[in-house]
Amino acid sequence: MGFDWQWDYSIEILPALLHATINTVIATFAGFAVAMVLGVVFLAGQRTRYPLVSWLFREFVEFIRTTPLLVQVFFVFYVGPQFGVLLSPWVAGMTAIGVHYGAYLSEVYRGGLYAVPKGQWEACKALNLSPARTYLGIILPQAFPPCMPGISLYLVGCFKDTPVLSVIAVTELLNTASVLGTMTYRYLEPYTIAGLIFLVLSLITVACLSMAERRLRKMLGLPDHRH
Amino acid sequence: MLQVIPNPAERYLVTENPQQPLVQTRGVTKRFGNLTVLDKLDLDIANGEIMTIIGPSGSGKTTVLRALMTLEKIDDGVIYIDGEPLTHMQKGSNLVPATERHLRRMRSKIGMVFQHFNLFPHMTALENCIEGPIHVLGLSRAEARERARELLEMVGLASKVHEHPARLSGGQQQRVAIARALAMRPKVLLFDEVTSALDPEVVGEVLTVIRQLAKEHELTMIMVTHQMSFAREISDRVCFFYEGKIAEQGSPDQIFNRPQNPRTKKFLNAVLEGS
Repeated sequence: MGFDWQWDYSIEILPALLHATINTVIATFAGFAVAMVLGVVFLAGQRTRYPLVSWLFREFVEFIRTTPLLVQVFFVFYVGPQFGVLLSPWVAGMTAIGVHYGAYLSEVYRGGLYAVPKGQWEACKALNLSPARTYLGIILPQAFPPCMPGISLYLVGCFKDTPVLSVIAVTELLNTASVLGTMTYRYLEPYTIAGLIFLVLSLITVACLSMAERRLRKMLGLPDHRH
Repeated sequence: MLQVIPNPAERYLVTENPQQPLVQTRGVTKRFGNLTVLDKLDLDIANGEIMTIIGPSGSGKTTVLRALMTLEKIDDGVIYIDGEPLTHMQKGSNLVPATERHLRRMRSKIGMVFQHFNLFPHMTALENCIEGPIHVLGLSRAEARERARELLEMVGLASKVHEHPARLSGGQQQRVAIARALAMRPKVLLFDEVTSALDPEVVGEVLTVIRQLAKEHELTMIMVTHQMSFAREISDRVCFFYEGKIAEQGSPDQIFNRPQNPRTKKFLNAVLEGS
Protein backbone atom coordinates (compact mmCIF):
# COMPACT_ATOMS: atom_id res chain seq x y z
CA MET A 1 0.00 0.00 0.00
CA GLY A 2 1.55 3.24 -1.15
CA PHE A 3 1.14 6.74 0.03
CA ASP A 4 -2.24 7.93 -1.01
CA TRP A 5 -3.69 10.80 0.90
CA GLN A 6 -7.44 11.15 0.54
CA TRP A 7 -8.56 14.74 0.82
CA ASP A 8 -12.27 13.91 0.85
CA TYR A 9 -11.78 11.65 3.82
CA SER A 10 -9.58 14.22 5.55
CA ILE A 11 -12.21 16.90 5.23
CA GLU A 12 -14.88 14.49 6.37
CA ILE A 13 -13.10 13.63 9.62
CA LEU A 14 -11.81 17.13 10.33
CA PRO A 15 -14.86 18.35 12.30
CA ALA A 16 -14.71 15.34 14.61
CA LEU A 17 -10.99 15.86 15.16
CA LEU A 18 -11.39 19.56 15.82
CA HIS A 19 -14.16 18.79 18.24
CA ALA A 20 -11.87 16.37 20.06
CA THR A 21 -9.19 19.05 20.04
CA ILE A 22 -11.45 21.14 22.24
CA ASN A 23 -11.47 18.30 24.74
CA THR A 24 -7.71 18.00 24.53
CA VAL A 25 -7.30 21.72 25.18
CA ILE A 26 -9.74 21.56 28.09
CA ALA A 27 -7.91 18.55 29.52
CA THR A 28 -4.60 20.37 29.17
CA PHE A 29 -5.67 23.56 30.85
CA ALA A 30 -7.79 21.90 33.53
CA GLY A 31 -5.03 19.40 34.33
CA PHE A 32 -2.37 22.08 34.29
CA ALA A 33 -4.42 24.42 36.47
CA VAL A 34 -4.60 21.64 39.06
CA ALA A 35 -0.85 21.13 38.61
CA MET A 36 -0.06 24.83 39.11
CA VAL A 37 -1.87 24.77 42.46
CA LEU A 38 -0.50 21.38 43.54
CA GLY A 39 2.99 22.58 42.64
CA VAL A 40 2.66 25.31 45.25
CA VAL A 41 1.32 22.80 47.79
CA PHE A 42 4.17 20.34 47.09
CA LEU A 43 6.81 23.04 47.42
CA ALA A 44 5.25 24.54 50.54
CA GLY A 45 5.07 21.01 51.99
CA GLN A 46 8.78 20.55 51.39
CA ARG A 47 9.60 23.88 52.97
CA THR A 48 7.76 23.43 56.26
CA ARG A 49 9.75 23.43 59.43
CA TYR A 50 8.54 19.94 60.36
CA PRO A 51 11.20 17.50 59.13
CA LEU A 52 8.83 14.54 58.78
CA VAL A 53 6.33 16.50 56.67
CA SER A 54 8.98 17.96 54.41
CA TRP A 55 10.59 14.53 54.02
CA LEU A 56 7.26 12.98 53.05
CA PHE A 57 6.58 15.67 50.48
CA ARG A 58 10.08 15.43 49.04
CA GLU A 59 9.89 11.65 48.68
CA PHE A 60 6.41 11.87 47.17
CA VAL A 61 7.55 14.42 44.58
CA GLU A 62 10.58 12.25 43.77
CA PHE A 63 8.34 9.21 43.40
CA ILE A 64 5.96 10.99 41.05
CA ARG A 65 8.78 12.39 38.96
CA THR A 66 10.45 9.02 38.53
CA THR A 67 7.40 7.00 37.50
CA PRO A 68 5.59 7.23 34.15
CA LEU A 69 2.42 9.27 33.80
CA LEU A 70 0.74 6.27 32.16
CA VAL A 71 1.24 4.16 35.26
CA GLN A 72 -0.10 6.95 37.43
CA VAL A 73 -3.20 7.29 35.23
CA PHE A 74 -3.84 3.54 35.42
CA PHE A 75 -3.28 3.64 39.14
CA VAL A 76 -5.76 6.42 39.82
CA PHE A 77 -8.38 4.99 37.48
CA TYR A 78 -8.14 1.23 38.06
CA VAL A 79 -6.58 0.85 41.50
CA GLY A 80 -8.56 3.70 43.05
CA PRO A 81 -11.88 1.79 42.97
CA GLN A 82 -10.36 -1.05 45.00
CA PHE A 83 -9.97 1.45 47.79
CA GLY A 84 -13.41 2.91 47.22
CA VAL A 85 -12.18 5.87 45.18
CA LEU A 86 -14.30 5.70 42.07
CA LEU A 87 -13.47 8.48 39.65
CA SER A 88 -14.83 9.24 36.20
CA PRO A 89 -12.25 9.11 33.38
CA TRP A 90 -12.09 12.88 33.28
CA VAL A 91 -11.64 13.37 37.00
CA ALA A 92 -9.13 10.52 37.20
CA GLY A 93 -7.25 11.97 34.24
CA MET A 94 -7.15 15.49 35.68
CA THR A 95 -6.03 14.14 39.03
CA ALA A 96 -3.20 12.14 37.52
CA ILE A 97 -2.03 14.99 35.26
CA GLY A 98 -2.41 17.49 38.11
CA VAL A 99 -0.30 15.44 40.48
CA HIS A 100 2.26 14.48 37.84
CA TYR A 101 2.87 17.99 36.53
CA GLY A 102 2.41 19.47 40.00
CA ALA A 103 5.50 17.51 41.03
CA TYR A 104 7.49 18.95 38.12
CA LEU A 105 6.15 22.45 38.68
CA SER A 106 7.11 22.38 42.35
CA GLU A 107 10.72 22.02 41.14
CA VAL A 108 10.25 24.89 38.69
CA TYR A 109 8.85 27.03 41.51
CA ARG A 110 11.76 26.08 43.71
CA GLY A 111 14.15 27.25 41.03
CA GLY A 112 12.29 30.54 40.77
CA LEU A 113 12.42 31.01 44.50
CA TYR A 114 16.16 30.34 44.56
CA ALA A 115 16.63 32.84 41.75
CA VAL A 116 15.61 35.62 44.15
CA PRO A 117 18.82 36.92 45.75
CA LYS A 118 19.30 36.38 49.48
CA GLY A 119 19.65 40.14 49.89
CA GLN A 120 15.96 40.54 49.03
CA TRP A 121 14.96 38.42 52.02
CA GLU A 122 17.34 40.37 54.21
CA ALA A 123 15.95 43.69 53.01
CA CYS A 124 12.47 42.46 53.90
CA LYS A 125 13.66 41.59 57.37
CA ALA A 126 15.43 44.93 57.77
CA LEU A 127 12.19 46.67 56.80
CA ASN A 128 10.39 44.42 59.26
CA LEU A 129 7.87 43.20 56.68
CA SER A 130 5.54 40.41 57.74
CA PRO A 131 6.15 36.95 56.26
CA ALA A 132 2.97 37.26 54.18
CA ARG A 133 3.99 40.63 52.76
CA THR A 134 7.52 39.37 52.18
CA TYR A 135 6.22 36.54 50.01
CA LEU A 136 3.35 38.29 48.25
CA GLY A 137 4.85 41.73 47.80
CA ILE A 138 8.54 41.06 47.33
CA ILE A 139 9.60 37.47 46.76
CA LEU A 140 6.89 35.93 44.56
CA PRO A 141 6.74 38.77 42.02
CA GLN A 142 10.45 38.25 41.48
CA ALA A 143 10.28 34.45 41.62
CA PHE A 144 7.51 34.11 39.04
CA PRO A 145 9.13 35.46 35.85
CA PRO A 146 12.11 33.08 36.07
CA CYS A 147 9.54 30.25 36.34
CA MET A 148 7.88 31.15 33.06
CA PRO A 149 10.20 29.20 30.70
CA GLY A 150 9.81 26.10 32.88
CA ILE A 151 6.06 26.51 33.12
CA SER A 152 5.85 26.96 29.37
CA LEU A 153 7.93 23.83 28.82
CA TYR A 154 5.73 21.70 31.06
CA LEU A 155 2.50 23.18 29.70
CA VAL A 156 3.49 21.99 26.24
CA GLY A 157 4.61 18.70 27.77
CA CYS A 158 1.26 18.36 29.50
CA PHE A 159 -0.54 19.12 26.25
CA LYS A 160 1.43 16.43 24.44
CA ASP A 161 0.78 13.97 27.27
CA THR A 162 -3.01 14.24 27.10
CA PRO A 163 -3.17 11.30 24.63
CA VAL A 164 -2.27 9.16 27.62
CA LEU A 165 -5.84 9.78 28.76
CA SER A 166 -7.11 7.85 25.74
CA VAL A 167 -6.28 4.65 27.65
CA ILE A 168 -9.02 5.45 30.14
CA ALA A 169 -11.42 6.46 27.37
CA VAL A 170 -11.29 10.22 27.60
CA THR A 171 -12.40 11.34 24.14
CA GLU A 172 -9.44 13.56 23.44
CA LEU A 173 -7.70 14.01 20.10
CA LEU A 174 -5.74 10.76 19.86
CA ASN A 175 -8.63 8.69 21.11
CA THR A 176 -10.90 10.21 18.47
CA ALA A 177 -8.32 9.72 15.73
CA SER A 178 -8.00 6.04 16.68
CA VAL A 179 -11.78 5.54 16.70
CA LEU A 180 -12.04 7.18 13.28
CA GLY A 181 -9.25 4.96 12.02
CA THR A 182 -10.86 1.76 13.25
CA MET A 183 -14.11 2.66 11.56
CA THR A 184 -12.56 2.95 8.08
CA TYR A 185 -9.21 1.16 8.47
CA ARG A 186 -7.61 4.37 7.23
CA TYR A 187 -5.16 5.59 9.84
CA LEU A 188 -2.93 7.87 7.75
CA GLU A 189 -5.24 10.85 7.67
CA PRO A 190 -6.58 10.88 11.26
CA TYR A 191 -3.18 10.40 12.88
CA THR A 192 -1.44 12.85 10.56
CA ILE A 193 -4.05 15.52 11.16
CA ALA A 194 -3.95 14.86 14.91
CA GLY A 195 -0.17 15.25 14.82
CA LEU A 196 -0.41 18.50 12.90
CA ILE A 197 -2.97 19.89 15.33
CA PHE A 198 -0.60 19.08 18.20
CA LEU A 199 2.26 20.78 16.38
CA VAL A 200 0.35 23.97 15.61
CA LEU A 201 -1.11 24.31 19.10
CA SER A 202 2.28 23.65 20.74
CA LEU A 203 3.93 26.35 18.66
CA ILE A 204 1.16 28.83 19.47
CA THR A 205 1.41 28.03 23.18
CA VAL A 206 5.17 28.51 23.28
CA ALA A 207 4.93 31.82 21.42
CA CYS A 208 2.15 33.10 23.69
CA LEU A 209 3.97 32.18 26.87
CA SER A 210 7.25 33.71 25.87
CA MET A 211 5.38 36.90 25.01
CA ALA A 212 3.60 36.69 28.35
CA GLU A 213 6.93 36.38 30.13
CA ARG A 214 8.29 39.50 28.46
CA ARG A 215 5.09 41.40 29.25
CA LEU A 216 5.21 40.25 32.85
CA ARG A 217 8.80 41.34 33.28
CA LYS A 218 7.98 44.70 31.79
CA MET A 219 4.92 45.08 33.97
CA LEU A 220 6.96 44.29 37.07
CA GLY A 221 9.79 46.53 35.90
CA LEU A 222 12.23 43.64 35.89
CA PRO A 223 15.02 43.44 33.31
CA ASP A 224 14.43 41.25 30.27
CA HIS A 225 16.79 38.32 30.58
CA ARG A 226 16.07 36.74 27.23
CA HIS A 227 18.65 38.63 25.22
CA MET B 1 21.77 28.20 69.33
CA LEU B 2 20.21 30.54 71.79
CA GLN B 3 19.40 29.07 75.11
CA VAL B 4 17.61 30.14 78.24
CA ILE B 5 19.83 32.41 80.29
CA PRO B 6 19.00 32.27 83.98
CA ASN B 7 19.52 35.45 85.96
CA PRO B 8 21.14 37.45 83.18
CA ALA B 9 22.00 40.32 85.48
CA GLU B 10 24.55 38.12 87.21
CA ARG B 11 26.22 36.94 84.05
CA TYR B 12 25.94 40.00 81.92
CA LEU B 13 26.39 43.15 83.93
CA VAL B 14 24.14 45.77 82.48
CA THR B 15 24.99 49.33 83.36
CA GLU B 16 22.08 51.02 85.01
CA ASN B 17 22.33 54.70 84.55
CA PRO B 18 19.90 57.29 83.26
CA GLN B 19 21.96 57.72 80.13
CA GLN B 20 21.49 54.15 79.18
CA PRO B 21 23.27 53.16 75.98
CA LEU B 22 20.89 52.63 73.10
CA VAL B 23 22.66 49.48 72.00
CA GLN B 24 24.47 47.12 74.32
CA THR B 25 25.94 43.77 73.52
CA ARG B 26 26.96 41.55 76.40
CA GLY B 27 29.05 38.45 75.83
CA VAL B 28 27.77 38.19 72.27
CA THR B 29 29.28 35.20 70.54
CA LYS B 30 28.77 33.95 67.03
CA ARG B 31 30.37 30.88 65.56
CA PHE B 32 30.37 29.55 62.03
CA GLY B 33 31.30 25.93 62.57
CA ASN B 34 34.65 25.97 64.37
CA LEU B 35 35.29 29.59 63.56
CA THR B 36 34.41 32.08 66.28
CA VAL B 37 33.47 35.25 64.46
CA LEU B 38 32.32 37.22 67.49
CA ASP B 39 34.03 36.40 70.74
CA LYS B 40 32.14 37.47 73.87
CA LEU B 41 31.68 40.93 72.50
CA ASP B 42 30.77 43.77 74.86
CA LEU B 43 29.86 46.93 73.01
CA ASP B 44 27.96 50.04 74.09
CA ILE B 45 26.59 52.64 71.74
CA ALA B 46 25.08 55.77 73.24
CA ASN B 47 21.97 57.43 71.94
CA GLY B 48 22.88 59.71 69.05
CA GLU B 49 26.39 58.38 68.81
CA ILE B 50 28.05 57.76 65.48
CA MET B 51 30.31 54.79 65.76
CA THR B 52 32.53 53.36 63.08
CA ILE B 53 33.84 49.85 63.08
CA ILE B 54 37.06 49.20 61.23
CA GLY B 55 39.25 46.15 61.03
CA PRO B 56 40.62 43.48 58.73
CA SER B 57 38.24 41.19 56.85
CA GLY B 58 37.02 38.32 58.97
CA SER B 59 37.28 40.35 62.14
CA GLY B 60 33.51 40.20 62.69
CA LYS B 61 32.63 43.79 61.77
CA THR B 62 29.82 42.93 59.42
CA THR B 63 28.63 40.10 61.63
CA VAL B 64 27.96 42.54 64.48
CA LEU B 65 25.69 44.57 62.25
CA ARG B 66 23.97 41.46 60.94
CA ALA B 67 23.44 40.21 64.48
CA LEU B 68 21.94 43.56 65.47
CA MET B 69 19.57 43.35 62.49
CA THR B 70 18.72 39.75 63.54
CA LEU B 71 19.92 38.49 60.16
CA GLU B 72 22.40 36.33 62.01
CA LYS B 73 21.44 34.27 65.07
CA ILE B 74 23.90 34.70 67.88
CA ASP B 75 25.10 31.65 69.78
CA ASP B 76 25.55 33.23 73.15
CA GLY B 77 25.16 36.50 74.96
CA VAL B 78 22.50 39.17 74.98
CA ILE B 79 21.89 42.22 72.84
CA TYR B 80 19.96 45.06 74.44
CA ILE B 81 18.28 47.76 72.42
CA ASP B 82 16.93 50.61 74.53
CA GLY B 83 17.45 48.41 77.57
CA GLU B 84 15.31 45.63 76.20
CA PRO B 85 16.75 42.29 75.10
CA LEU B 86 16.62 41.89 71.32
CA THR B 87 16.84 38.18 70.68
CA HIS B 88 15.56 37.19 74.10
CA MET B 89 12.52 37.96 76.20
CA GLN B 90 12.27 38.45 79.89
CA LYS B 91 10.39 35.60 81.51
CA GLY B 92 10.40 35.81 85.27
CA SER B 93 14.02 36.31 86.18
CA ASN B 94 15.24 34.41 83.12
CA LEU B 95 15.80 35.35 79.52
CA VAL B 96 14.24 33.02 77.01
CA PRO B 97 14.71 33.07 73.21
CA ALA B 98 12.43 35.66 71.65
CA THR B 99 9.27 34.84 69.76
CA GLU B 100 8.82 36.12 66.21
CA ARG B 101 6.40 38.71 67.56
CA HIS B 102 8.97 40.09 69.99
CA LEU B 103 11.58 40.13 67.24
CA ARG B 104 9.31 42.10 64.95
CA ARG B 105 8.63 44.67 67.64
CA MET B 106 12.32 45.04 68.41
CA ARG B 107 13.35 45.18 64.74
CA SER B 108 11.23 48.28 64.29
CA LYS B 109 13.91 50.21 66.19
CA ILE B 110 16.67 49.19 63.80
CA GLY B 111 17.33 49.97 60.17
CA MET B 112 20.03 48.78 57.84
CA VAL B 113 21.68 49.89 54.62
CA PHE B 114 23.41 47.10 52.74
CA GLN B 115 26.58 46.87 50.72
CA HIS B 116 24.61 45.74 47.66
CA PHE B 117 21.64 48.07 48.25
CA ASN B 118 19.07 45.24 48.06
CA LEU B 119 16.42 47.50 46.58
CA PHE B 120 13.28 45.77 45.36
CA PRO B 121 13.83 45.66 41.59
CA HIS B 122 10.16 45.47 40.67
CA MET B 123 9.35 48.69 42.47
CA THR B 124 10.18 52.30 41.71
CA ALA B 125 12.32 54.36 44.07
CA LEU B 126 9.17 55.76 45.62
CA GLU B 127 7.49 52.37 45.95
CA ASN B 128 10.61 51.04 47.65
CA CYS B 129 10.31 53.82 50.21
CA ILE B 130 6.59 53.42 50.93
CA GLU B 131 6.54 49.61 51.18
CA GLY B 132 7.53 49.48 54.84
CA PRO B 133 5.69 52.60 56.02
CA ILE B 134 2.41 51.32 54.53
CA HIS B 135 2.65 47.65 55.42
CA VAL B 136 4.55 47.85 58.69
CA LEU B 137 3.99 51.29 60.17
CA GLY B 138 0.42 51.39 58.86
CA LEU B 139 0.62 54.83 57.29
CA SER B 140 -1.93 55.84 54.69
CA ARG B 141 -0.74 55.67 51.10
CA ALA B 142 -0.89 59.45 50.71
CA GLU B 143 1.08 60.10 53.87
CA ALA B 144 3.67 57.46 53.06
CA ARG B 145 4.16 58.90 49.57
CA GLU B 146 4.55 62.41 50.89
CA ARG B 147 7.19 61.36 53.41
CA ALA B 148 8.98 59.19 50.86
CA ARG B 149 9.14 62.15 48.48
CA GLU B 150 10.65 64.32 51.19
CA LEU B 151 13.26 61.68 51.97
CA LEU B 152 14.12 61.11 48.32
CA GLU B 153 14.45 64.85 47.90
CA MET B 154 16.73 64.95 50.91
CA VAL B 155 19.04 62.39 49.31
CA GLY B 156 18.97 64.41 46.10
CA LEU B 157 16.75 62.14 44.03
CA ALA B 158 13.60 64.22 43.64
CA SER B 159 13.73 63.72 39.87
CA LYS B 160 14.10 59.94 40.11
CA VAL B 161 11.16 58.98 42.32
CA HIS B 162 9.43 57.00 39.58
CA GLU B 163 12.51 55.20 38.26
CA HIS B 164 13.12 51.52 38.81
CA PRO B 165 16.44 50.55 40.42
CA ALA B 166 17.74 49.07 37.15
CA ARG B 167 17.68 52.58 35.67
CA LEU B 168 19.62 54.15 38.52
CA SER B 169 23.37 54.28 39.05
CA GLY B 170 24.90 52.48 42.02
CA GLY B 171 25.24 55.72 43.94
CA GLN B 172 21.64 56.62 43.26
CA GLN B 173 20.46 53.16 44.27
CA GLN B 174 22.34 53.39 47.52
CA ARG B 175 20.79 56.78 48.24
CA VAL B 176 17.34 55.31 47.64
CA ALA B 177 18.26 52.52 50.04
CA ILE B 178 19.19 55.10 52.68
CA ALA B 179 15.88 56.92 52.14
CA ARG B 180 14.05 53.60 52.37
CA ALA B 181 15.72 52.78 55.69
CA LEU B 182 15.03 56.26 57.06
CA ALA B 183 11.36 55.99 56.09
CA MET B 184 10.97 53.38 58.81
CA ARG B 185 12.11 55.91 61.44
CA PRO B 186 14.63 53.63 63.11
CA LYS B 187 16.40 54.65 66.30
CA VAL B 188 19.64 53.16 65.12
CA LEU B 189 20.77 52.86 61.54
CA LEU B 190 23.36 50.31 60.48
CA PHE B 191 25.59 50.93 57.46
CA ASP B 192 27.29 47.83 56.18
CA GLU B 193 30.15 48.84 53.87
CA VAL B 194 27.71 50.95 51.93
CA THR B 195 30.28 52.33 49.50
CA SER B 196 32.27 49.15 48.87
CA ALA B 197 30.24 48.07 45.84
CA LEU B 198 30.22 51.52 44.25
CA ASP B 199 32.28 52.93 41.42
CA PRO B 200 34.81 55.37 42.87
CA GLU B 201 33.25 58.40 41.22
CA VAL B 202 29.89 57.93 42.97
CA VAL B 203 31.23 57.16 46.46
CA GLY B 204 31.26 60.87 47.26
CA GLU B 205 27.55 61.43 46.69
CA VAL B 206 26.65 58.64 49.12
CA LEU B 207 29.09 59.89 51.74
CA THR B 208 27.63 63.39 51.39
CA VAL B 209 24.19 62.04 52.24
CA ILE B 210 25.50 60.21 55.30
CA ARG B 211 27.45 63.27 56.38
CA GLN B 212 24.30 65.36 56.12
CA LEU B 213 22.35 62.75 58.09
CA ALA B 214 24.95 62.81 60.81
CA LYS B 215 24.71 66.56 61.06
CA GLU B 216 20.98 67.14 60.85
CA HIS B 217 19.45 64.13 62.52
CA GLU B 218 19.70 62.77 65.97
CA LEU B 219 20.14 59.31 64.66
CA THR B 220 22.39 56.69 66.15
CA MET B 221 24.60 55.23 63.48
CA ILE B 222 26.85 52.23 63.42
CA MET B 223 29.00 52.04 60.36
CA VAL B 224 31.32 49.42 58.99
CA THR B 225 33.56 51.05 56.46
CA HIS B 226 36.86 50.94 54.64
CA GLN B 227 36.78 54.68 54.01
CA MET B 228 39.26 55.67 56.70
CA SER B 229 39.23 59.40 56.02
CA PHE B 230 35.45 59.39 56.18
CA ALA B 231 35.47 57.40 59.42
CA ARG B 232 37.90 59.89 60.91
CA GLU B 233 35.79 62.83 59.84
CA ILE B 234 32.34 61.66 60.86
CA SER B 235 32.71 59.35 63.86
CA ASP B 236 32.28 60.12 67.52
CA ARG B 237 34.06 56.88 68.22
CA VAL B 238 36.05 54.36 66.24
CA CYS B 239 36.26 50.69 67.13
CA PHE B 240 39.02 48.52 65.78
CA PHE B 241 37.94 44.90 65.56
CA TYR B 242 40.34 42.02 65.58
CA GLU B 243 39.32 38.36 65.64
CA GLY B 244 35.81 39.00 66.89
CA LYS B 245 36.83 41.35 69.66
CA ILE B 246 37.33 45.05 70.12
CA ALA B 247 41.08 45.37 70.03
CA GLU B 248 41.01 49.11 70.56
CA GLN B 249 38.47 51.89 70.63
CA GLY B 250 38.50 55.61 71.11
CA SER B 251 38.00 58.95 69.43
CA PRO B 252 39.03 59.18 65.77
CA ASP B 253 41.99 61.24 66.90
CA GLN B 254 43.12 58.54 69.32
CA ILE B 255 42.70 55.68 66.90
CA PHE B 256 44.12 57.29 63.79
CA ASN B 257 46.80 59.51 65.28
CA ARG B 258 47.84 57.73 68.43
CA PRO B 259 46.90 54.05 68.17
CA GLN B 260 48.15 52.03 71.14
CA ASN B 261 47.54 48.49 70.03
CA PRO B 262 50.19 47.12 67.64
CA ARG B 263 47.44 45.39 65.65
CA THR B 264 45.74 48.73 65.06
CA LYS B 265 49.00 50.30 64.00
CA LYS B 266 49.72 47.49 61.60
CA PHE B 267 46.22 47.60 60.11
CA LEU B 268 46.22 51.36 59.69
CA ASN B 269 49.67 51.33 58.12
CA ALA B 270 48.58 48.68 55.63
CA VAL B 271 45.34 50.45 54.77
CA LEU B 272 46.74 53.94 54.54
CA GLU B 273 49.58 52.74 52.36
CA GLY B 274 47.09 51.29 49.93
CA SER B 275 45.10 54.48 49.55
